[in-house]
Amino acid sequence: MNFFYGTKHALKNINLSIPVNAVTALIGPSGCGKTTLLRCLNRMHDLYQGNRYEGRILLLPENLNIIGSDVDPMEMRLRVGMVFQKPNPFPKSIFDNVAFGLRLKGITSRSEIAGRVEESLKAAALWEEVKDRLKEGAYALSGGQQQRLCIARALAPEPELLLFDEPTSALDPASTSRIEDLVYQLKDRLTILIVTHNMQQAARVSDQTVFFFHGEIIEANKTSTIFEHPREELTAKYLTGQFG
Amino acid sequence: MSGTAALIALRKRQDRWFAILGLACTLVGVVTLAVLLSGLISDGYQRLFDPAFYNSFPSRHAAKAGILSPLVGSLLLALITIVLAVPLGVAAGVYLEEYAARNWLTTIIEINIANLAGVPSIIFGLLALGLLIYGLGMPRSTLVGGIALGLLVLPIVIVTTREALRAIPQGIREAAYALGATKWQVVQHHLLPYSMGGIATGTIIAMSRALGESAPLMTIGAVTFITFLPPAPVQSNPPFVNFEWLNSEFTAMPIQMFNWISRPQAEFNSLAASAGIVLIALTLSLNAAAIVLRYRLRQRIKW
Repeated sequence: MNFFYGTKHALKNINLSIPVNAVTALIGPSGCGKTTLLRCLNRMHDLYQGNRYEGRILLLPENLNIIGSDVDPMEMRLRVGMVFQKPNPFPKSIFDNVAFGLRLKGITSRSEIAGRVEESLKAAALWEEVKDRLKEGAYALSGGQQQRLCIARALAPEPELLLFDEPTSALDPASTSRIEDLVYQLKDRLTILIVTHNMQQAARVSDQTVFFFHGEIIEANKTSTIFEHPREELTAKYLTGQFG
Repeated sequence: MSGTAALIALRKRQDRWFAILGLACTLVGVVTLAVLLSGLISDGYQRLFDPAFYNSFPSRHAAKAGILSPLVGSLLLALITIVLAVPLGVAAGVYLEEYAARNWLTTIIEINIANLAGVPSIIFGLLALGLLIYGLGMPRSTLVGGIALGLLVLPIVIVTTREALRAIPQGIREAAYALGATKWQVVQHHLLPYSMGGIATGTIIAMSRALGESAPLMTIGAVTFITFLPPAPVQSNPPFVNFEWLNSEFTAMPIQMFNWISRPQAEFNSLAASAGIVLIALTLSLNAAAIVLRYRLRQRIKW
């Protein structure tokens, strides 16, 4: 597939398969297109004028073309969750943050919402810390807790695919390692894509790693293979910190 | 070395001079306001503490005259203004900020709104006179006055709504969209609640602007001598609400003041001063409410 910001050709002939129930890490220098690809998968680019997709991203097993013009972006966003770089909880209560996605799915039963909020907060390893103050504002939480709240919010509607856009770049090391543990555990439930600037992070959490450069995929392979025996010289140089 | 020291001394002197100059410039405004206010108060304080001043109608006898009808008129005008300007202005602001595509049409609309804010208020009076009174045959009523003032403050409401929306970080919108929300759901559940403080502040400022306007009302033909109150908006028999007051003749505080000031007797001039104090107190307290509201909201929501 290809992607354009206006006339800027941001993703060039991307051809990639993403394994189910596994973590795929997208790495590469700033501006290489990894976040752009991530945002194609939940059609975030549709929010801004002048963006254009070309080609297909097929969601198996039904062969739904995620970027097809006949596919409603709203539908994709109900099925694909996203966690952003900077924790961005809503200035509402902890409970309402998680419940919002459920309400969008048309769930009205209070008990079902409450149950799924609890379940999601547990899955995001936040339940124990917040179970007694669900009515409090989300902004009272620390940065790391806010990011886990955002993960719980993304998990609540039970997406098939979860996108992480540099989820730990604004967090301290302790919070980072908690988020990494979470990413690792969550792959049993769903398929995960994570954009990261941190190569150790890619090595720690992912099964497949994709290296981007100037809008192209240079190399995609099993994480262990990429880190130990990169096929391309460019990949090796990036991994050893010679550029980027 | 001494060259450097002299240079620094010179620059520090310049610094001090500017500080003094700046203080003087600032004081011009503050002192003028203080002089004006103290003049008003010394002229008009006697009547302020007389309850009859607030519940009497204007009269040919200065000692019996009060501000009941203009005060009620001003409050009713402000009510109509807000009821008209807030829904229209907020909807327009949300549309321009969240829905409108960036194209030439939007640009033209935006330029027009910016210009609208700079149109002299008397033009809005002419518009209401020509369109509503002569064109549609409406009476010279409270409703027409309120419509003119509503249009006058509409740009204020639109601009403050847009600013309040712009203050919401894009990340919040993206978070909501990423969960599958439609534009309206984002506006309804997130953007409007989070921008409520800013919108309320703009509304209050718009209201205080409307309270002080006189030119459009005089153009429409506000009456300066009204010795009755409009029919009450609520009544004891069904249907309990009564919209007759909309069609009633009206006056307003600035109009009444103008009338009193233009009379030769000194007693009426001091009545105008008393009414002026009441009007200033009204607008200042509205502005103070806006400041308090903005301050409290800034404390509650930090992005």
